[in-house]
Amino acid sequence: MSTLNNEALFHYITARFSDKVVLIAEPYGLLTVETNRENIIDLLEYLKTVNELQFVYLTDITAIHYPDQEKQIGVIYHLHSLKHNIRVRIKVFLEDGDAHIPTATGLWNGANWMERETYDYFGVMFDGHPNLVRILNVDDMTVFPMRREYPLEDPNRVDKKDFYFGR
Amino acid sequence: MQVFNKILMSDVQIVNAPPGVEGSGFFATSLDKAIGLARSHSLWPLPFATSCCGIEFMATMGSHYDLSRFGAERLSFSPRQADLLMVMGTISKKMAPVLRQVYLQMAEPRWVLAVGACASSGGIFDTYSVLQGIDEIIPVDVYVPGCPPRPEGIIDGFMNIQKMVQTESLRRRDSPEYTKLLAQYGIQ
Repeated sequence: MSTLNNEALFHYITARFSDKVVLIAEPYGLLTVETNRENIIDLLEYLKTVNELQFVYLTDITAIHYPDQEKQIGVIYHLHSLKHNIRVRIKVFLEDGDAHIPTATGLWNGANWMERETYDYFGVMFDGHPNLVRILNVDDMTVFPMRREYPLEDPNRVDKKDFYFGR
Repeated sequence: MQVFNKILMSDVQIVNAPPGVEGSGFFATSLDKAIGLARSHSLWPLPFATSCCGIEFMATMGSHYDLSRFGAERLSFSPRQADLLMVMGTISKKMAPVLRQVYLQMAEPRWVLAVGACASSGGIFDTYSVLQGIDEIIPVDVYVPGCPPRPEGIIDGFMNIQKMVQTESLRRRDSPEYTKLLAQYGIQ
């Protein structure tokens, strides 16, 4: 049984990518690194294919929106090494008007629906995706509902208006 | 055996005749009252169950509450043969065109029962992905409150539908008001 821990894992990453990948934090023991969209696919491929790492399982792709940051949209990858029973989280931050990132469907077929979902909710464009259309919401939806500028509530709701409560 | 028959017969309830003129050997009433009586006791419901209200409907159809007592024995899973669309549960915006198509496939006369808070108003799901009441896309006759309503509530809603069916004029579906109502929903 190998003893791959966060320290050794980050050492493997920096050996290949040096300063293109930076360590952000280790909340609850989960190694979290940040990179950019030029290196993300190389990094994912490296983590997946190198024999000492074998992060073969793509747990999730999602995104987050920080409206106060310069680079507002963060795309987040969770990988799991089934061989070594260790996980890693990778973040890539993108500017709002230019939320393009290369697709990971070349590495995992499972990335297909995850990227469609991330596009559906945050409007992240995964360049090279075979079918980047909405997956959960109605096709004619015009907003990306998980972005902060869009209200969560449906504007058609009438029975919660202040008028009905004497306000 | 005689006793058994007596008990059995005394428990059988027959619906009251509609208002009319009665005499020796004849009974006269208007056609729409007679047809309303017949229709109201042989409604074929189409259950459109999407969540927990649908579970309550299963109890309503089960032997304890037994919606069949009201003449709704025969559920129709084809909208072409159904009289009453029972919408039970949260209707997401993605489901809305499906529900609308089911309604359009039903033949007149057709009635709609919105069961529970979600079908009536969106309920607790005040969010971008959920339809805020099915009356945004199809006309509704009776709303049943509750989250979910008990089977008694669903039966009460069904009996209100029966009352509407009994008192509805045969010409209502040809009236300009009804055409206008449907036009509001972009139907026809």
